[in-house]
Amino acid sequence: MSTTTTDLHAHGGHDSHGEHHNPFHQHHFATMEQQFDTAKIGMWTFLVTEVLMFGGLFVGFGLSQAKYPQEFVDAHHHLQRWAGSLNTVVLLFSSWTMVMAVHAAQTSQKARMKMFLWITLLCACVFMGVKYYEYSHKFEEGLLPGMFYHSQPTDTIPGSHGYATFFAFYFMMTGLHGIHILIGMGLILWLLKNADNFNSEWYTPVDLFGLYWHIVDMIWIYLFPLYYLIS
Amino acid sequence: MEPVLTSGQHVGDHPRPEKNYLNENTRVWDWMTTVDHKRIGLMYLVGSLFFFLIGGMLALMLRLVLMTPQHTMFGIAVDAEMYNRMFTLHGAIMVFLFIIPAIPGSLTNFVLPLMLGAKDVAFPKLNLASFYVYVAGAIMAVSSIVIGAVDTGWTFYTPYSSSSSQTAVASMTMAAFILGFSSILTGLNFIATVHKLRAPGMGWFDMPLFIWGMYSTAVIQILATPVLAITLVLLAIEKTFHIGIFDPKYGGDPVLFQHFFWFYSHPAVYIMILPGMAIISELIPTFSKKTIFGYRAIAYSSVSLALVSFIVWGHHMFVAGQSQLANVVFSALTFLVAIPSGVKVFNWLTTMYKGNIVLKTPMWFAIAFLILFAIGGLTGIFLGTLSTNIHLTDTYFVVAHFHYVMMGSTVTAFLGGLYYWWPKMTGRMFSEKGGKISCALWFIGFNATFIPQFIMGSQGMPRRYYNYLDQFQPFHAFSTVGSWILGLSLFTVAGVLLASLRKPADAPDDPWGGTTLEWKTSSPPITHNFHDQPVLEREPYDYRPAGMAGKGH
Repeated sequence: MSTTTTDLHAHGGHDSHGEHHNPFHQHHFATMEQQFDTAKIGMWTFLVTEVLMFGGLFVGFGLSQAKYPQEFVDAHHHLQRWAGSLNTVVLLFSSWTMVMAVHAAQTSQKARMKMFLWITLLCACVFMGVKYYEYSHKFEEGLLPGMFYHSQPTDTIPGSHGYATFFAFYFMMTGLHGIHILIGMGLILWLLKNADNFNSEWYTPVDLFGLYWHIVDMIWIYLFPLYYLIS
Repeated sequence: MEPVLTSGQHVGDHPRPEKNYLNENTRVWDWMTTVDHKRIGLMYLVGSLFFFLIGGMLALMLRLVLMTPQHTMFGIAVDAEMYNRMFTLHGAIMVFLFIIPAIPGSLTNFVLPLMLGAKDVAFPKLNLASFYVYVAGAIMAVSSIVIGAVDTGWTFYTPYSSSSSQTAVASMTMAAFILGFSSILTGLNFIATVHKLRAPGMGWFDMPLFIWGMYSTAVIQILATPVLAITLVLLAIEKTFHIGIFDPKYGGDPVLFQHFFWFYSHPAVYIMILPGMAIISELIPTFSKKTIFGYRAIAYSSVSLALVSFIVWGHHMFVAGQSQLANVVFSALTFLVAIPSGVKVFNWLTTMYKGNIVLKTPMWFAIAFLILFAIGGLTGIFLGTLSTNIHLTDTYFVVAHFHYVMMGSTVTAFLGGLYYWWPKMTGRMFSEKGGKISCALWFIGFNATFIPQFIMGSQGMPRRYYNYLDQFQPFHAFSTVGSWILGLSLFTVAGVLLASLRKPADAPDDPWGGTTLEWKTSSPPITHNFHDQPVLEREPYDYRPAGMAGKGH
């Protein structure tokens, strides 16, 4: 590394060997590889914060379940197990299509990458559609969080709030997860809009989004048994 | 003593550049949209010092109210509610808007890439975003406390915060949530920077110890802050929808809130103190002109403090109905904190031993830190001990202890670091005499304010009370006078530093004879930090003569 700083700056990302420079190469990285690795570390670190954020909710759910074991089991019968199972399958499939999209980007197969991104987006839409169906069902039956809960049967133990707490956590956790899916859908659209920029030399956004999408799937993999398969 | 310090005006072959990061592109818009870590660091510095001023003013007001047992300020009666709001405002501003962002946001943002020999942090735009997130959170926090009259203390304990207090707790917690994001983004940026942007030749154990400290801080920011974020969301949702999570009225568990809160907020104490320790690890070898003693021990102790900080949160709940077994375990784990802390102090002192100590202003602060941190740390052991804790819980002893750690240690180190890097940041030397006077006032004022609080705390003066029994009057009066000296010292610091800006740039590139890479560029640095990509040839803190020098341990 004998290149002077001014040189690096003047040419945007020109390295010392005079190779053709990539327009996405930022000036403070010596090589594209370093830039990619850095972005990846950043993304993984971000995903750690996501896991810990959901972790707080999981712990809260676990402790509430320990407090109202019977109510939680009773309340979970109001969830439609088939809908949850369908969504699990849909999301798992979308994780596979996302892997394929990343692979296509790595190998500069643009059409293939776009196709897989569209399929992933479609899966996300199906997921949100099923979610909409499930939520409206809950709203109709009055299975709502906290003070909005107004369904029968009321809590088996007088004066306790097991049902209302169960649905509070249900809406918070699946809601926060749903927000992540919605954000993911927006990001897929952004990737599709910029699809022409991605090739084997620079596909960082596709790769990073893939990581994000897998973590969102993984959280669902934990949410599904937690809510739908309590016994 | 002097010759070591004037090691030439400029480093390298380049003449002093006319353009630097300060005088290039000087429109307000350029500053607002800058992605230069040095400028963002300066903006953070201005922001956090502004809140330090406000928080400090509130502290002076609180001390005035407490000066006599008549609970008046300038003859105006202050009732309990008003007092609650004042200490909430003081605590929340100091913790969330000053101490947590101050060293990482300002000094670290400025020097971390320089120390690594990098041109910027890993994600410059994210860095700017985290600053604006901080500003947004700050505006929201201050308006909810001032307009919404939040009176829960900075800890938001339930059920007080969830059902008793009719104030803007929900918006205040959302503000803290937003500020948490700013902290997360900063930490994330530093982690990626340290991993991937070190200069050629700089391995992990060639990094300055400041970097080790800040890396450990960033790890805590990443791991703990999300839990606080979700806790505060739960609190806000509980308050809005009356869900039973933390509030017994709706079937929740108030101690659960304390567990969640302290799972973040105890590590957060280390988000506050580790950066202070990181600065001291730079000051001591630079002004002792001696290789740091036990480099690896200090590096590992930073990381182990970060890890231990996650398993001691229960010591905040000794009297909150936690099981006896949990109390004993948490008390024992708390003692572990003393080990890495002790390792650090031992190594700093040993570095000074037989060193060629140069007593410049930053070193004065470093020595003040050693004394104040020893007191703050050792009183922490009293509080971590189960039996004494029961007696001292919620007294002024606790108040004095955490002020010794948060303020006596972290803020002392922050001021030392500010003086240390001021010539690099601004290109100007400050008045040594003024700097030393400010340090002396700081040290005297600090002890005068808080030593009486230890005594009255041990005699049973409870914290967060707006009034007290007559027997505590002399201690309170003494403490209040001490707070005036403290205030005076901070205005002296401001005066000394601002006065230096009135003269032309005069700072040499390496005014203190430092060996780390930030001294290998001009003062102030050029926009892209270095003329040539620096390559690490000597390990940090290598003060051997040039002929004997070389890399390798």
